[in-house]
Amino acid sequence: MEQQTGTFAVKKGLAQMLKGGVIMDVVTPEHAKIAEDAGASAVMALERVPADIRANGGVARMSDPDLILKIIDSVTIPVMAKCRIGHFVEAQILEAIGVDYIDESEVLTPADESNHILKHNFKVPFVCGCRNLGEALRRVGEGAAMIRTKGEAGTGDVVEAVRHARTVLGDIRRLTTMADEELMSYAKEIGAPYELVKETKELGRMPVVNFAAGGVATPADAALMMQLGVDGVFVGSGIFKSGDPARRAAAIVKAVTHYQDASILAEVSKDLGEPMVGRNVSQMPEVERIAGRGW
Amino acid sequence: MKIGVLALQGDFAEHIAMLKRIGTETAEVRLPEHLQGLDGLIIPGGESTTIGKLAVAYDLIEPLKQFGQRRAIWGTCAGAIFLSKDISRDQPLLGLMDIKVERNAFGRQVDSFEADLDVPELKQATKTKEDYHAVFIRAPIIESVQGEAKVLASVPDGRIVAAQQGHLLATSFHPELTNDTRFHEYFLSLVD
Repeated sequence: MEQQTGTFAVKKGLAQMLKGGVIMDVVTPEHAKIAEDAGASAVMALERVPADIRANGGVARMSDPDLILKIIDSVTIPVMAKCRIGHFVEAQILEAIGVDYIDESEVLTPADESNHILKHNFKVPFVCGCRNLGEALRRVGEGAAMIRTKGEAGTGDVVEAVRHARTVLGDIRRLTTMADEELMSYAKEIGAPYELVKETKELGRMPVVNFAAGGVATPADAALMMQLGVDGVFVGSGIFKSGDPARRAAAIVKAVTHYQDASILAEVSKDLGEPMVGRNVSQMPEVERIAGRGW
Repeated sequence: MKIGVLALQGDFAEHIAMLKRIGTETAEVRLPEHLQGLDGLIIPGGESTTIGKLAVAYDLIEPLKQFGQRRAIWGTCAGAIFLSKDISRDQPLLGLMDIKVERNAFGRQVDSFEADLDVPELKQATKTKEDYHAVFIRAPIIESVQGEAKVLASVPDGRIVAAQQGHLLATSFHPELTNDTRFHEYFLSLVD
């Protein structure tokens, strides 16, 4: 048999290799090296971290391919990049330059307010955000090979990440107790493909890898998400908007590995310098929140 | 028999699930003391740089080297890199196997692939005839084997993707991502 590329197994497989790890936002090749040296299992290459996207305002788009390529050349770990929701041409460009994973991300300004990208059309795998099980399984139905809970990016406030992880994992726990004849009605209720609802019940977990994202700023935040039951964490602004990025990055990597060991968590939390300043999500006007982007 | 899986980063849960399917007792290994009482160890897929750095940070390098002197270890993908002697770049390695490895040798993620492999030793040991369907994710190749190490499997163009050196096993693909338990059974046959 010939070699088959771009199968769902190899798309999902890369996400499985990232488990128990930290994926860090980086805006320069130097950041990427710092992240790799700290033990990041992948980096997300972008022009501005979410906190700066918020501060800048305007339309946030895919990053310059030249910047992404420079970051690709600077590290050996996988490199991810973001495209706008529904912007399949940005995704085609990212695939053409050889990124390892595409994040169809609510952090950028959506290009389509009804439809996401049909991700089955690509050889490169996609990760997408979600706030609940229905949204997650709609994205998997479109071909996403990895899911992340959205949180509220660029805030340094973990409260939304916790809300979304608890919602998704709670939805799955409830699903596993349902009778089989209730699944169609539940699929209708949450707007998810029936087959994926059924598969999730059988597996007792999401059919793809599920990371947490959006507001993780400390080793304790990262370990909190792991103890809630996610497979790994994305850290966006939390590292390079802090006082000592290299030290904080290494500490968060250790916290994700030893997430159940409070004495190690105490050790790695010491003397990390200033965390990112952060913004309290509960005091943020609705119009500034980005987690609601996605359909 | 109790098999540990190095749980610093990567798809260790998938290996544990496979071992449980074939009725083996398992343990997660994150610190040196977790190696006590184990009969063998699997180093999973993941990012070899991440696994190496965490192994150094938590003083696992020497204990793992000593463990591998007497007991069976199997490395899949990142694990195979970690077991090797030479990867032509500077990152922490156990150096237990006399193999030279090249990271990401097939290209980037869009080049990751599935393929059937003919693995004679595996067929013989498990008394089966079917080829082994292997999943390669940003996979390394084994450039060369020296000394006691021998080739177990190659892709059709001749590049080596599995090697064995006594009780040490290295595969550049991921048996833990399939439903075929034969490689896990084969590894258990190397455990005393």
